[in-house]
Amino acid sequence: MKLFGYRLPGMSSLIIWGLLWEIVGQLGLTFFVPPLSEVIVTLYEVIQTSAFQKALFETAYAFLAGVFFAIIIGIPTGILMGRTRLLDELLLPWVNVFLSAPLTALVPVLMVLFGFGMKAIIITTTLFAIWIIILNSRAGVKQINRSLVEMAHSFGASPTDAFFKIYLWAALPEILGGVRIGIIRAVKGVIIGQLLISIVGFGALFELYSANFLMGHFWAVLIVLFALAFTISEFLAYLERRVAYYAAKR
Amino acid sequence: MAMSQTKMAVAEADGVLESAVSTRNISKNYGEVEALRDLSLEFPRGQLTSLLGPSGCGKTTLLKIIAGLLEPTSGEVEVNGSKVTGPGPDRAFVFQDFALLPWASVIRNVSFGLEMRGVAKSEREAIAERYIREVGLAGFEHAYPHELSGGMRQRVGLARALSVDSQVLLMDEPFSAVDEQTRRKFQEDLLGLVQNENKTFIFVTHSIEEAVYVSDQIAILLPRPSRVSEIIRPSGFRNKGVDNIRRDPEYLDIVDEIWASLRTYVE
Ligand SMILES: Nc1ncnc2c1ncn2[C@@H]1O[C@H](COP(=O)(O)OP(=O)(O)OP(=O)(O)O)[C@@H](O)[C@H]1O
Ligand SMILES: [Mg+2]
Repeated sequence: MKLFGYRLPGMSSLIIWGLLWEIVGQLGLTFFVPPLSEVIVTLYEVIQTSAFQKALFETAYAFLAGVFFAIIIGIPTGILMGRTRLLDELLLPWVNVFLSAPLTALVPVLMVLFGFGMKAIIITTTLFAIWIIILNSRAGVKQINRSLVEMAHSFGASPTDAFFKIYLWAALPEILGGVRIGIIRAVKGVIIGQLLISIVGFGALFELYSANFLMGHFWAVLIVLFALAFTISEFLAYLERRVAYYAAKR
Repeated sequence: MAMSQTKMAVAEADGVLESAVSTRNISKNYGEVEALRDLSLEFPRGQLTSLLGPSGCGKTTLLKIIAGLLEPTSGEVEVNGSKVTGPGPDRAFVFQDFALLPWASVIRNVSFGLEMRGVAKSEREAIAERYIREVGLAGFEHAYPHELSGGMRQRVGLARALSVDSQVLLMDEPFSAVDEQTRRKFQEDLLGLVQNENKTFIFVTHSIEEAVYVSDQIAILLPRPSRVSEIIRPSGFRNKGVDNIRRDPEYLDIVDEIWASLRTYVE
């Protein structure tokens, strides 16, 4: 972005929105939007409380575990679907259904199946993230250059070699894209899980703050959550750029 | 040179050449499409055989069947007396579209075949370096395929096939992606390889001149369903030196003869 001939650093637009927020807050139009400066002061206080740190830990735990399972199951499933016609025809309709299904509606079923604890929250997180990871890994494998596969075969590559040295790498740009979107969905999944299944972690904080009209606290936690999700997603975007040099030339 | 003359002399004295590869009664159907029908052909050891024929006649199909990448509908392939059931370390393939790993450096690409064969990293990189030098790519060991020209990529593919030291090299139109000058250079280098490496080369090409220039034996394939229509063995000019071949009357005659038999299919 350029302003009066000066190049502005990335995300400068955030300053404008921040200012707007501050002004709306200072005008006192609604209790719902306290001034940004107040939110930031609250943020600083909130971060030091043990309630917050416990919530952060619980959320991070469920989130990381959920994402871990989504990746560890999603990528191989997607790659196998891309490789074997039968598996693809069996699973693809389900993947598509779950990708677009309102998963929130499934959460009560998960509660019945897996109880009200961490386990159900982790599974919810995984369910939010996994489908796009599967679909992207599958797409990555589908576009693989046939002659790379033949090349590996002709030099005697074992199925494991072919998986780790050809398919995984060839599909990596798509896989990383899928993981990035999957992780953004997982953030949604973990919070919804925490709100619906058992009131723990950030979900509990949101519940507590909004029930007591502590909007400063509410926004502070939301900012933390956004910042975390944004950082992870930017990190994955960075990884994606690292493999972009060959993405167009496979 | 001297060795090759002896080789020829012995072979001719025997009247028969020992085959490194034989294909017997190969047929291949792709569903309704009959690509090859009852094709039999012998590939003499230590020599270069070209497969020449109109586009779509099944040259790639035959090469991939020999490589063990495709299964024939009927018939069988023997390499060094044993039946081919799949790819094996006795054969290496040079792909028309190079088939390089775009995420791997030149040296990793060249050593890929050795990696699949379980050769230790330091050893396979030493071997790869040698062949990278041999194909004239010294200094590009750590470049990536997208940083190389088409001709250079083709050399990487060639170095990869050479580095596994297979007895049979299968080359699918390996020079079609390079400019005319490079192509001539490659053809000369190929003659050198055939002389020095004592390997059996099976070489697919579209170009009559190229086939006559590099081959000990040329198999002309007819259009689908493909059989061998003619086998030509240029012998007179092979030892006159790379610079004189294109002026040799036998070379010119053979080029004309092949064109005469192929032109009916083009018209
Ligand atoms: N996978 C496939 N499925 C169906 N038909 C195929 C397949 N591969 C090849 N064919 C058909 O078999 C015939 C021979 O193909 P092939 O690729 O072997 O020809 P080629 O001689 O190598 O041609 P070119 O010189 O153009 O490379 C063609 O007519 C092609 O249409
Ligand atoms: Mg072909």
